[in-house]
Amino acid sequence: MAAVGRTHRVRWGVVNVVVVLYALFPVWWIAALSFKDPATLTDGDYIPRDWTWENYSGIFDTSEFTRALVNSIGIALIATVIAVALGTMAAYAVARLRFPGKRVLIGMSLLIAMFPPISLVSPLFNIERIIGIFDTWIGLIIPYMTFSLPLAIYTLSAFFREIPWDLEKAAKVDGATPAQAFRMVIVPLAAPGVFTTAILVFIFCWNDFLFAISLTSTESARTVPAAIAFFTGSSQFQQPTGSIAAAAAVITIPIIIFVLFFQRRIVAGLTSGAVKG
Amino acid sequence: MAEIILEKVTKRFPDGALAVKDVDLAIADGEFVILVGPSGCGKSTTLNMIAGLEDITHGSLRIGDRVVNDLAPKERDVAMVFQSYALYPHMSVRENMGFPLRLAKVDKGTINAKVEEAARILDLTDHLDRKPANLSGGQRQRVAMGRAIVRDPKAFLMDEPLSNLDAKLRVQMRTQISRLQRRLGTTTVYVTHDQTEAMTLGDRVVVMRQGLVQQVGTPAELYDHPRNLFVAGFIGSPAMNFLNATLEDGALRSPLGDLSLDDRMRQVLERRNAPREVIVGLRPEAFEDASLSRDRDRGGMFRGGPERPVFTATVDVLESLGSDVYIYFTAEGGPAKTAELEELATDSGLRDTGAEAGQIVARLDAATRAREGHPVELQIDMSKAHVFDPATGENLTHPDSTG
Amino acid sequence: MSMQAEPAGAPPPPEAEQVRQGKAAISAGARQERRLGWLLCAPAVLVMLAVTAYPIGYAVYLSLQRYDLRFPGQADFVGLSNYGAVLSSSFWWDAFWVTLFITAVSVAIELVLGMGLALVMHRTIFTRGVVRTSVLVPYGIVTVVAAFSWQYAWTPDLGYLAELLPEGEAPLTERWSALWIIILAEVWKTTPFMALLLLAGLALVPEETLKAAMVDGATAWQRFTRIMVPLMKPAILVALLFRTLDAFRIFDNIYVLTQGAQDTGSLSILGYDNLFTALNLGIGSAISVLIFICVAIIAFTFIKLFGAAAPGAEVKR
Repeated sequence: MAAVGRTHRVRWGVVNVVVVLYALFPVWWIAALSFKDPATLTDGDYIPRDWTWENYSGIFDTSEFTRALVNSIGIALIATVIAVALGTMAAYAVARLRFPGKRVLIGMSLLIAMFPPISLVSPLFNIERIIGIFDTWIGLIIPYMTFSLPLAIYTLSAFFREIPWDLEKAAKVDGATPAQAFRMVIVPLAAPGVFTTAILVFIFCWNDFLFAISLTSTESARTVPAAIAFFTGSSQFQQPTGSIAAAAAVITIPIIIFVLFFQRRIVAGLTSGAVKG
Repeated sequence: MAEIILEKVTKRFPDGALAVKDVDLAIADGEFVILVGPSGCGKSTTLNMIAGLEDITHGSLRIGDRVVNDLAPKERDVAMVFQSYALYPHMSVRENMGFPLRLAKVDKGTINAKVEEAARILDLTDHLDRKPANLSGGQRQRVAMGRAIVRDPKAFLMDEPLSNLDAKLRVQMRTQISRLQRRLGTTTVYVTHDQTEAMTLGDRVVVMRQGLVQQVGTPAELYDHPRNLFVAGFIGSPAMNFLNATLEDGALRSPLGDLSLDDRMRQVLERRNAPREVIVGLRPEAFEDASLSRDRDRGGMFRGGPERPVFTATVDVLESLGSDVYIYFTAEGGPAKTAELEELATDSGLRDTGAEAGQIVARLDAATRAREGHPVELQIDMSKAHVFDPATGENLTHPDSTG
Repeated sequence: MSMQAEPAGAPPPPEAEQVRQGKAAISAGARQERRLGWLLCAPAVLVMLAVTAYPIGYAVYLSLQRYDLRFPGQADFVGLSNYGAVLSSSFWWDAFWVTLFITAVSVAIELVLGMGLALVMHRTIFTRGVVRTSVLVPYGIVTVVAAFSWQYAWTPDLGYLAELLPEGEAPLTERWSALWIIILAEVWKTTPFMALLLLAGLALVPEETLKAAMVDGATAWQRFTRIMVPLMKPAILVALLFRTLDAFRIFDNIYVLTQGAQDTGSLSILGYDNLFTALNLGIGSAISVLIFICVAIIAFTFIKLFGAAAPGAEVKR
């Protein structure tokens, strides 16, 4: 029995190692690139021979990157806050209240979840130029929060459905006003769901590239993914590989942090709406 | 502590469905009243109306000397125990139990003292700082009770508080609730669908069906003198046997043979203009092993006669409980069928067993010599028989109707 | 991510007990509840309408114009001629087939790989956390970053994968090898998402049912095809629908890896180029509208074919 158990463990161990390598190797590769100096950049090694922070100090010296980083953080945070706020209201209604038109709302958010963003790029480009929000934070926040609203509504309403609403009744009988019942009982229970949703929405906004390159033209609102694509080397003959790798590593940090600390919640959030249907 | 008076209380839902109709009920101070009935009968809606969780469409509800129709739950000063317990998962046991007091802005010292006291009564002292998720089902149930008793409210409202427990624990908790209620003397309204719980717990039991009160009475009254077919069939386990019978020449012509009636019954049925076709109801203990009673009679007074008709049945199944023996047999012509009885069959799950519902059950003395597959001679005590009108379901032999 | 509609329009059952459970708001009549529901949904609905419905209408309007940003003075209504120009151009059809090819191949691979990954995550007991955590990295990482990683991996004299190839090969400059690299990048990035959706489906297959099948003599493969797949069908269809629509809009990976060179451009790349390289709003908008129609057709087909399993419909078991 022990022998069978061991081969079993070894087999699963191998499978797990393969999966982990599959998932992490490309990330490791670009991180390794970011620590190589120009001389060893092309050696193809998986571990840098001479570690250097040169690429990092290089990108943080340019406003091109620092400005983009500020834009990315600011735009993603604001869009997340708004989307989660609007999404929470709608999801509460979907999960808790009876009202005609609920199906329309669900159908509409589904439609938007499937919407090809490229179809909106041309009209939004023109509209934003006309009303003067092209190449501004607002110009990106608006499409981001719109496209993440369905995600927010789905995830949140799945979470809200899990809350035992008997508790609200119990609180009322225990002497709470409706406001107290909401604040002292429902909010603490809903908070984890709202937080998880915020992470998912943030990742979504953080990731966007198409809107970022289409609706900006200067550093004033360009986010990191778009800025990276426009990186040029410090001289005409030098590839910006090191800088791109460093910038890529920097914007991967928040994702790694989320994944490390909130793995369980992210999995729950991603799958909650999906299968409970 | 206070009395609770319901006058013509009616609940109609926005979609027009009538959930509760004209309920009149006066619950005395300190009384333990059970609302019982199959699911959908309106018992929980009634309880929610008393709690203030559900609007009252018509009628008036008084708790103590105040009409509370329009008061929020918070102002009614009642405590409720939910079927799901509704413990706040983010609060410890201590915080859960102290929550109502905290809302009432009671000072911390008092809260602590009251919580400790309640925990002591309910044997929760060791668990005060745990979260509900780390408690067993029985402990959670006790926390829910604790949250209700710390407030010293005017009334306890309990919505199937034991139905999430396993059978053994349920019996234990039942006794504990009963003891607690007697000790605190707080008016209690308790909802259940389990007639055994209703019979063992309550001072009085309210049987409901389809939003209407069927009968209010002590457990013994409901058992011995059910007002109608529904109550007769709902109360008692195993349930009362119902047979179609024809009233002819002062006797009931039934699948078990001719059952003669005594003078009292005959007069009552006459006065009430009983129809020709009736339903006769016999509880399992109305039957007796005829050979046993003959043995006994030899030593004493003769007890046979026209009021104790005898017939022979073949035992299909025999269940021995040690103290008693239940025998199941089939009667020609099958059992009676009415809407009420159909509903009861569905509710009790009999429908789901796929069993032929034509069986009659009799409870015999353990000394019986009845054996499976063999005939047995049975005697019926007609003084325990009930006669129902199949059209209205009314019990024609109910003592109130004799006068 | 689908969402379940509660029996919204359906009249509540007559039994009072059941009605009671759906109700909780006290003293709030149905009308009040309805008003609150509308009020809470209104902001989300308004935002979604303002930012999608209105612009798509505007895109239709623009697509009927001759509107070249280099010659703004010549804007004029030209009817459907932009559509004619797009649909008769080989650029459109090349991009269309490329998109379809990438979509079909990558979704097919993802389904197989994702199912494998889901089974691994489902069965692994120890190190489950490690596996799940690392699998989330491709999902969360910025697509552009991943695309650069792949680009550098395949760049001659730089990358580890290019080193495996004969000297002088530059796979990203050849059409077919470039397409496969794009598919590789797409599969790597999105398989975890597929796997997580399938994993959630797997969790719904009762362990006892599988044991019963084992006792009934089913082999592992039979248990998989006869028990697990049918029970997971709703989850599989939801995952397929979402991934298909998502793959059809592929943009970031191609933009970074090839910029659409050597006929590797997808429809989204084509639309982008017409807008921002050719600066032709009329043609660009016509492409946008056509892509929208393609997506609508895909979604409609899925929902029609698999009706009950469509997200939004009740996927109840």
